[in-house]
Amino acid sequence: MVKRRVMFTFPPELIKEPIIYNLGQQFKVVTNIRRADVNGDRGWVVLELEGEGKDIERGIAWVSSKGVRVDPVVGDIVEG
Amino acid sequence: MSYATALRCRKCGREYPLEPLNLCDFCFSPLEISYDYKRMAKAVSQEKISGGPPNMWRYKDLLPVDGDVVDIGTGFTPLVKADNLGRELVLDHLYIKNDCLNPTYSFKDRVVSVAITKAREFGFDIVACASTGNLAASVAAHAAKANMKSYVFIPSDVERGKLVGIAIYNPVLVMVEGSYDDVNRLCSQLAQRYNWGFININLRPYYAEGSKTLGYEVAEQLGWCAPDCVVAPAGSGLLFTRIWKSLDELSMLGLIGPVNTHMYLTQAAGCSPIVNAFQSGALHVHPVKPNTIAKSIAIGNPADGYYALRVARQCGGGACAITDEELVEGMKLLAETEGIFAEAAGGVVIAGLKKLVASGVIKRNELTVAFITGAGLKTQEAVAEVVHPFVIKPTLESFEEVAGNQA
Repeated sequence: MVKRRVMFTFPPELIKEPIIYNLGQQFKVVTNIRRADVNGDRGWVVLELEGEGKDIERGIAWVSSKGVRVDPVVGDIVEG
Repeated sequence: MSYATALRCRKCGREYPLEPLNLCDFCFSPLEISYDYKRMAKAVSQEKISGGPPNMWRYKDLLPVDGDVVDIGTGFTPLVKADNLGRELVLDHLYIKNDCLNPTYSFKDRVVSVAITKAREFGFDIVACASTGNLAASVAAHAAKANMKSYVFIPSDVERGKLVGIAIYNPVLVMVEGSYDDVNRLCSQLAQRYNWGFININLRPYYAEGSKTLGYEVAEQLGWCAPDCVVAPAGSGLLFTRIWKSLDELSMLGLIGPVNTHMYLTQAAGCSPIVNAFQSGALHVHPVKPNTIAKSIAIGNPADGYYALRVARQCGGGACAITDEELVEGMKLLAETEGIFAEAAGGVVIAGLKKLVASGVIKRNELTVAFITGAGLKTQEAVAEVVHPFVIKPTLESFEEVAGNQA
């Protein structure tokens, strides 16, 4: 089992969708929200994912394919 | 021993021991160094600092390091009175902090010098970073000086010209195929898997403190006072927040008077998440996809964006975005008036300064410091169109034929 800390940023059209619930259900990933800010037109959630490495990878790929931006919690690591 | 006492969460305030750690275990917010300022105040004075070495380590008492430092001669770079540029922009008291003149030609030497010193204190044998240029060169150079192994991860589209300036220090240079986001994701995983000193991840709280020396130097070079206005570039936003912190600390320690500095951050319009948030009144910085030639500050999801935004608002400062065309003009203007060849990010600063003055935000009589953080030789392609020489035969006649009127 591995843990991964990530930030999801939701575009307006996905605010109403239960993305995090489905991530847990479909990919056997335990989701643990630590910080969040969701309003009418945008939202971000900082959370920890726990599960098998390949399940987390597949889960993140699915979340990205839905249109959610997935970033490392620390922000961009690549610097100038 | 240093005056650092703990790592403290910037959101929830929880404290952690001084270890290689960058995020709060509870809320995943960034950690920063806490100091015992009462003890520090007794140890520092203007005289003691002025009598220190002519580099950034004259401020060692204000940094979180304990023993010998890893130094390749960084800091105490010139603060130039920019009269020519000032005349052009109609500013009476303009200064340029020329941080191109560091050993690897950018301000990153300041942060890396502190981070690698800490990496050695913590017992790391290997240091690592992910970068498109300046940070990579600086990490590789400092690791060479410290006899440490370094891994440098670069996206596959980094300009060839930059690779030499990194590879010459003999790091393990790893070129990652994939998008900018892919490299970010991979490095996040690498940092979790390997017990390395990852310069801007687990060593980030220490790394960040190195930036403060830029602000300390400016205050000292101005005769121990804070400027009225600061114009600085923002990528991750870290430098911007630490310039502010440095002035605040000097004031708290009684080394300068009260700070009334207005801080203005500048970003390239093709990657301006912090400026967008400032202008829209948002509290959160929403990530963007970078698309600008100012690659050294093209950070779509800035780690310190929220805090940079807060500084700009708290001090009555501002934020402005600059197009690629405007930044090229800014690079040329600085070179033609002050003889300083800045990288593209410097063009953003000068073009931003020009806008802020033209719109009346910065007033003519305000003492203003513009921060130039990297040398132009690294981004020559941005201004390659300036090269159009007269071509002549090796005779006096030929010379006078084409340039006679101008000689």
